[in-house]
Amino acid sequence: MVIDQSKMASLAEATSREDVAGRSLWADARRRFFHNKAAIFGLGLLIFVVLFALFGNWIAAWNNSDIDYNVMGDVTLSGPSFANGHYFGVDDLGRDLFARTVQGTQISLLVGVIGSLIAVVVGTVYGAVSGYFGGRVDGFMMRLVDILLAIPYMFVLILLLVIYGRSIGMLFVGVGLISWLEMSRIVRGQTLTLKNREYVEAARAIGVPALTIIRRHILPNLVGVVVVFATLLVPLMILTESFISFLGLGVQEPQTSLGALISEGAGTMNYGTLWQLAFPLFFFIITLFGFYFVGDGLRDALDPKER
Amino acid sequence: MIVYILKRLAIAVPTLLVLIIASFLLMHAAPGGPFTSERQVPPEVLANLNAKYGLDQPLWKQIATYLSNVVMHFDFGPSFTYKDRSVNDIIAQGFPVTLTYGSLSFIAAVLVGVSLGVTAAIKRNSWLDYFAVGISIGAQVLPNFVMAPILVLIFTLTLHWLPGGGWSFDDPRFWIMPVVALSTSYMASIARITRSSMLEVLNSNHIRTARAKGLPSRKIILRHALKPALLPVISYLGPAFVSMITGSVIVDVYFTTGGIGKSFVDSALNRDYAVMMGITILLGTLTILFNLVVDIIYGWIDPKIRY
Repeated sequence: MVIDQSKMASLAEATSREDVAGRSLWADARRRFFHNKAAIFGLGLLIFVVLFALFGNWIAAWNNSDIDYNVMGDVTLSGPSFANGHYFGVDDLGRDLFARTVQGTQISLLVGVIGSLIAVVVGTVYGAVSGYFGGRVDGFMMRLVDILLAIPYMFVLILLLVIYGRSIGMLFVGVGLISWLEMSRIVRGQTLTLKNREYVEAARAIGVPALTIIRRHILPNLVGVVVVFATLLVPLMILTESFISFLGLGVQEPQTSLGALISEGAGTMNYGTLWQLAFPLFFFIITLFGFYFVGDGLRDALDPKER
Repeated sequence: MIVYILKRLAIAVPTLLVLIIASFLLMHAAPGGPFTSERQVPPEVLANLNAKYGLDQPLWKQIATYLSNVVMHFDFGPSFTYKDRSVNDIIAQGFPVTLTYGSLSFIAAVLVGVSLGVTAAIKRNSWLDYFAVGISIGAQVLPNFVMAPILVLIFTLTLHWLPGGGWSFDDPRFWIMPVVALSTSYMASIARITRSSMLEVLNSNHIRTARAKGLPSRKIILRHALKPALLPVISYLGPAFVSMITGSVIVDVYFTTGGIGKSFVDSALNRDYAVMMGITILLGTLTILFNLVVDIIYGWIDPKIRY
């Protein structure tokens, strides 16, 4: 579950290479991406999951908080059925599992995307500043990242959630606190190679202020690495959130996430209510697959050498 | 080399201090004291309680006392919830269990992962290769909290082969599912990393030279290819070990092994900060030590690394 560092390094090198005349890096990458079957498959899965999360409630016959007393607690009745509108069956409290899964998918996606966005903003700025200024500043900033990376964040995250209350906001803060570290390292490495380019030198020579150089000349060239890494971070964030929710320390009722649903399903499966595990698990797995495949596809598209 | 080790230590020691102080401050900043959640006690009793646990001292003194107790005597103080037990008792009870299946999982993941990866690379495009690649893709989306219920579903509820939970040091049948649940996704990652780095090494010049001079392939692989191919694997072992430690929380909870992870989650739910901190610091120390060992091994094996 750890993103392969050597591949990221190779990607950083590829996107910072000088452009050869002819097709641009991006046109080339787009062509290669759409020729990659796994990536297209992953994209399809992602589109499906996102549509499910956005529009699932339109199809759902039940609200995610209503309890259906007719089928509640009866294994023979509470299974998936089109007749009573519970397409995925009901959970052990008699709530419609389809609507619950929609809700869980929404939250899981949200945690993943927001965690990844925090990483993009904080990690990129931190890494670019550290790499561009170099010297003591760089040494200090990166030593700090080293120290933070060595802390077993899962425990600290749980500590945070317990002490400051288990809310989704806290979860975002906690996930955001850790997600930017790796990103800043990669961005810094890329910035180190970029800042010695002639155009950066030229900009410095005519007296452009450092922060403007970073904004105008460094950041746009970081897009490739950042996009790939951000895509691969999303499933990691979803996994982290699910892990915590599985332990019952993450999102709280009545809200739910895929991890919490899997946990509930796993708790009740020996009563024969297998669908309570199967449907959330299915959406969990295809979401992760989708992000991994798209992320890998983007990486291969931007860096064709690495195979 | 010694300078290199010292440099690594120079990161490890402050990390540990940051971890201890940060978790202490987090705990201290928590709204409400450890005794406010219980039934109302007279202020005199509360003052006595605070005095007993040293909570009436100024903050810096509390930190200093805690630090010196932890560092000098490995004493994490008394539990706040279980009045008759110290944090050390709780750790001493659960830690051997976690350590046993944790190390078994680690060894299994490395042995199986490396041999699977090497075989897949040697017999490229054979059914074995496809099998290895298939497993490593599949296991990426099957983290321990997904594996655990699936294993129980198959081996306990359907086949009735293995006990669905509990722990015994004498009966290996209790060990199997925790080890498999914990190690599968790491085994898969190790296999994937080994395979791709082995493929790269097998295409390199020194292997071609060895082939050209007519060495038997067994010798080429064991003597010339394996060592450079294992470098990325070793750098993966640090993060893998860390997330295995965290993953053991799931295993302890799900399989009720009585390990340390269960105590951690219980203390999180009970707001027993002393136990939470004790376990966080213990596992954090393990993590940091292990990263140190991996770094040193890496510096020793890889001639390219700069001390």
